[in-house]
Amino acid sequence: MKQLWLTAKLDIVESLRARWFQIYTLVFGGIVAALFLFGLTESRVLGFIGLSRLLVTYIQLTMAILPIFVLITTVRSVAGDREAGVFEYLLSLPVSLAAWFWGKIAGRYLVIFTPVFLAMLAAVLIALVREIEVPWAMFGYYTALLAAMAACFLGFGMLISAVARTTDMAQGAAFLVWLTLLLFLDLILLGVMIQGQVAPEVAVGIALANPLQVFRTAALALFDPQLIVLGPSAFVILDNFGQRGYLAFALAYPTLLGAAAAALGYLIFRRGDLP
Amino acid sequence: MIRLDQVSKAFRRNRVLDGVSLEIGLGERVALIGSNGAGKTTLIRCLLGEYTFDGGIEIDGRCPRRNRTAVLASVGFVPQLPPPLKMPVGQLIGFAAGLCGTDPRRISELAGRLGLDTAPIRDRPLVRLSGGMKQKLLIAIAMGRDAKLLIMDEPAANLDPEARKIFFELLAERVDSATMLISSHRLNEVSALVNRVVELDTGRVVLDDRVADDVSLTGMLACRISVKRAEAALAKALSSWNFTDLGGGLEWAGSVAGPDRLRFLGMTSRYVALISALNLTEADN
Repeated sequence: MKQLWLTAKLDIVESLRARWFQIYTLVFGGIVAALFLFGLTESRVLGFIGLSRLLVTYIQLTMAILPIFVLITTVRSVAGDREAGVFEYLLSLPVSLAAWFWGKIAGRYLVIFTPVFLAMLAAVLIALVREIEVPWAMFGYYTALLAAMAACFLGFGMLISAVARTTDMAQGAAFLVWLTLLLFLDLILLGVMIQGQVAPEVAVGIALANPLQVFRTAALALFDPQLIVLGPSAFVILDNFGQRGYLAFALAYPTLLGAAAAALGYLIFRRGDLP
Repeated sequence: MIRLDQVSKAFRRNRVLDGVSLEIGLGERVALIGSNGAGKTTLIRCLLGEYTFDGGIEIDGRCPRRNRTAVLASVGFVPQLPPPLKMPVGQLIGFAAGLCGTDPRRISELAGRLGLDTAPIRDRPLVRLSGGMKQKLLIAIAMGRDAKLLIMDEPAANLDPEARKIFFELLAERVDSATMLISSHRLNEVSALVNRVVELDTGRVVLDDRVADDVSLTGMLACRISVKRAEAALAKALSSWNFTDLGGGLEWAGSVAGPDRLRFLGMTSRYVALISALNLTEADN
C-alpha cells in the first residue's frame, strides 16, 4: 500500500508540473467562467436561467473535451516516460508492478477528476453566493457521471499505453479510439438506420455500448426524463432500464468498462518488457 | 551472487543477447564493456527484471522478474542518462528512500560527500539540474542504502575529478560487501575500478578475464608536469583537475585519484607535444 501511495504521489507531482495539466485546468475553469458570463449576459433579457441549464451545458461540453484530453495526455505521458527512460530508472527501484501500475492510475485519476469537479463546484459556490437555487440531486449525479467518465477513459488510456511501444503509436491509437466512439454517436447511427442496412435493435445496442453515448443520454435524462429528444430509441432505453435503471447503468457500465480496460492493460504491462 | 544461464533476448527478429552465461560472486567488480548495440543495456535491464528473457537469471538465488521487489531491494542502479523527471529533488529522495526503506538523510549526506548540497536544491526539478548534479544525486540514491549489488552505467562520466575521487572512495567502502557491475563503452574508463572484465559483442560474451587488482580505489598519485610553453587550453584542463600553476604556466603540480590515472593520461595525451616531462608517483594515503 505504501508503494502504491508513493507511486500515486509521484504521478500527481509530475502531472501538477506538466503543461498539459495547466491547460486542462484552464480549459475547464474557463468553461465555467464563460458559461456564467453568458448566463449573466442573458439575465438582462430573460433573468438568470438557472444552474440546471448551466450544469447541463457544462457536462455536455465536458463530454466533448474530457475523453480526448484524458486519452491523449495519459498515453503521451505514460508512453513518453517510457521512451525517455523514466521507467528504466524508476522501475529499477523496489516497487511491485501492481503498485506501480495502479498507483499511477490512482494518481492520474485524482489529477484528471479534480479540476473538472472543482470547476463544477465553483459554479455551485458562485450560485450559493448569488442566492441562486442549486439542483443538488443533479449536481450529485453529474459529479458521479464525471467520475465514471474519467475512470472509463483513463482505463482506455492505460490500456493503449501498455500496448503501444512508442508515443506516436499510442497517440494515434488514442485518437482512433476517440474517433470510433464519436462515429457511433446517435446521429450517425440514425443515418445508418435510415439507409436500412442495420436493424434498429443493433443500432440502439451499439449506442448503448458506446460510453460516450451513454454519458450523453444520462446527462439528458436528468434534464429531459422522457428522453423526448432521442426519438423512438428512448422507448427502448426506458422500456428496458426505466429512468432510474438507466441512470444507474450510465454510472456502472463505463466504470466497469474502464476498470476492465485498465485490468487488461495491467496484464499486458506485467507480461511484457517494462521500459 | 549473480548467475546467468543461457540468457537470450530478441526484439522481433533482432537477437540482442545470445546465450549469455556468467557467474559473478560477491565482492567482484566487473566491467561490462562493448560497443554500441553489444547488448550491455539489455543485459542490465534483464538483471533489473525490466525485460522478459529466455534462459535463467538469479540474483542471490531469486529471479529478478518474479521476485522483483525482494531482488531490487538489494540493488542500487545508476543509469547512463538521468531520467527527465520534473519532480523536485527532495521528493525524488523521499520517493526512493520510501521504496528502499532507507533514511532520506543518508542519501543527502552521501550527496554532500560527492559535493552536492541537496538543501538549496530540494525544490528544484531534477530535470533542471546540471548533468554532474544529476549524476551525483543518482549515485547517492543508489549507494545511500545497503545494496549488495551496484549496477552502474558510465557512473563517473559527468563527474568532476574531485567528485570522482570521492566516488572511488565510496566504492572502496563497499568493496567487501557488494558486487559491482560497471558498464562502459571503453575499458580505460573503468579498468582501474574493476577486477574482472566481461566484453559483449553482438549479444555474446567474447571476453571474460580477470585483471590485476593492484590499484587501490582510495590511492592517490602525486603528479608534476613540465610544459614547453604556456598554453591556455592545457592550463584550463589542468585547472579542472585542481592542479596548481607553479610558474608562468610552465610547471604544474597536483594529485590524481589512483583509479583515475588512465582518464588523466588520456586528457594529457591531447597535449603530448607540449609536455616535456610528466611524473606520476604513488602517494601514501
